[in-house]
Amino acid sequence: MTTVTKTEDAPAPTGPEGFLSVRDLSVRFATEDGVVKAVDGLSFDVERGRTLGIVGESGSGKSVTNLTILGLHNPRTTTIDGEIVLDGKELVTATEREMEQLRGNKVAMIFQDPLTALSPYYTVGRQIAEPFIKHTGASKKEGWARAVEMLGKVGIPNPEQRAKDYPHQFSGGMRQRAMIAMALVCDPDLLIADEPTTALDVTVQAQILDLLKDLQQEFGSAIVFITHDLGVIADMADDILVMYAGSAVERGSVDEVLRAPRHPYTWGLLNSMPRLDSDLSAQLSPIPGTPPSLLNPPTGCRFHPRCTFQDRVGGNRCATERPLLAPDRSSACHLTAEQKRTIFIDEIKPRLG
Amino acid sequence: MLQFIIRRTVGAVVTLFLIGAATFFLFVAAPSDYASLACGKDCSAARLEEIREVLGLNLPIAQQFWDFMSGIVMGRDFPTGHCPAPCLGQSFYSGDLVWSTIKDRFPLTLSLTVGAALVFLIVGLGTGMLAAFRRGSSVDKVATGASMVLSSFQIYFLGPIALAIFVYSTGWMEDPKYVPITEDPIGWLVGLSIPMVVMATIFTAQYTRMSRSSLIEQLAEDHVRTARAKGMSQKYVFFRYAWRGSLIPIVTILGIDLSSLLGGAVVTELTFSLQGIGRLAVDGAVNKDLPLTMGVMLVGAFMILLLNILVDIAYAWIDPRVRLS
Repeated sequence: MTTVTKTEDAPAPTGPEGFLSVRDLSVRFATEDGVVKAVDGLSFDVERGRTLGIVGESGSGKSVTNLTILGLHNPRTTTIDGEIVLDGKELVTATEREMEQLRGNKVAMIFQDPLTALSPYYTVGRQIAEPFIKHTGASKKEGWARAVEMLGKVGIPNPEQRAKDYPHQFSGGMRQRAMIAMALVCDPDLLIADEPTTALDVTVQAQILDLLKDLQQEFGSAIVFITHDLGVIADMADDILVMYAGSAVERGSVDEVLRAPRHPYTWGLLNSMPRLDSDLSAQLSPIPGTPPSLLNPPTGCRFHPRCTFQDRVGGNRCATERPLLAPDRSSACHLTAEQKRTIFIDEIKPRLG
Repeated sequence: MLQFIIRRTVGAVVTLFLIGAATFFLFVAAPSDYASLACGKDCSAARLEEIREVLGLNLPIAQQFWDFMSGIVMGRDFPTGHCPAPCLGQSFYSGDLVWSTIKDRFPLTLSLTVGAALVFLIVGLGTGMLAAFRRGSSVDKVATGASMVLSSFQIYFLGPIALAIFVYSTGWMEDPKYVPITEDPIGWLVGLSIPMVVMATIFTAQYTRMSRSSLIEQLAEDHVRTARAKGMSQKYVFFRYAWRGSLIPIVTILGIDLSSLLGGAVVTELTFSLQGIGRLAVDGAVNKDLPLTMGVMLVGAFMILLLNILVDIAYAWIDPRVRLS
């Protein structure tokens, strides 16, 4: 990370396992109304060169988790427990100075809305060059040259000229490309993309996703990809983590989770996705109810008030006992493995068409 | 940028002309008898006619307007002598040329404004920044509380208190007075320090609150978070990203405040018995000295326009998005 010209020789995509490892993470915010448990007992791993897709509704704790990895929460109002280990380094207890060295350098983030996430006051080139200059100790001139190079790499035509433009002179797709260039300028080992295509139209979205995949090939970064769009996740991710109300409810590879989902919440997500080839008169079937308040989350399984299958679990377990999520392919639900399989095949799959 | 400034300057000249015309027709062409006001109570018909003749009030209105407006640009001749450009006429009350009276008084007004502005900007913005940076801390609470209290004060309340303490009971200082800075910089500062500080105190509160709230708003912006996510230090992000955006509302209010102060701080000048532009405005109104009133008004309008242009230039400097429009 100290050489200025280090661009092409990407690290080998095969590295130590569990490059990023989050263990039993909980994030609580003190608000005027009380303590919000935004993330509760979350664990996951991402390896180098792999992409983890985190899916879930708004307010499920996806973005909070990733801002926590970067240490961007206000320490005055936030309580963080658990561990986040990146390449052997503990981040929850790291000092602000250590985190500064890490951000934009080893870990970079792409934000959702490229219009508001880029500063209107500085040129695109300068904003891309800034972290490079800070982290590599490059001169302003070298930083600028690197910014131009990165803009070219993300497919901005005429990068020497466009680097001098301000973000408002860029189109939405170009701004997101610039944002990606900014995130990748220091060759991060971990890239967190927080709904990077949500604010873009579909054709531009496809271009941006292709770009991210190409860049991952080139740089071998681990990517955490946050979205609520299952179509995007199918395209991008190797593994999937489904989050609900601050916890993971299901994990597995893309194929496993999308082809044979085991959690009622995941079924609901798949069910509520419109399909181009379905009957036009078919109704969308959203998950009933609303996401729970994280000020006062439901007891037992967080999903049980909205779950249509809880009567198939014996007794009152769903409301009293919290189902746990195992480390590998698993889902946090009290239904038996057999029930999950048969319910999906008999009742859910036919509706998905 | 140059084109932007030129365009705004041309616009300002046109506006000034329109304001000049409006001023003229309101004061001169309105049915107020110019001459009898100047003549006084026991006025003979012959004397009145004589004054009309001298002041040129017998001429057609269009001619009078032309004389007045061209006087501003080219100067004009009165029976009592030549009035060089920019000529704003002759005071009825003192017979002095209005422009030279304003020129005499303006340095005091400028001194007060600049002195007070320096104090309230440095103290106000500084305190506001500190409060925003340490939001929720005791520093923030004290700053916010103090500015709430101070902003409810008025000059005619704080001014006499300051005078009572520092001048009349302790004798530490003399009555405020104006000494040109070119003659005696220390005397200038000492002479005006009480009014400057009193004015600044009241303005400081406003700037503290504005700078604080504007910064807090900016610190919550997405692009500020992006800058943090890039690994830029807290200080760097604070000054380069958040502070810059927070200046927009401050510059707006500063423009309004400065232009009204430069047009004359009436209450301050009366409170401290100083002879500035504000005092002239009062004299003009009380004595029905219409040329003086008009002159003061035009100067005030000029200051507002000038500051507006400066504020727009500042906007463009702060925010590149403004440069295109």
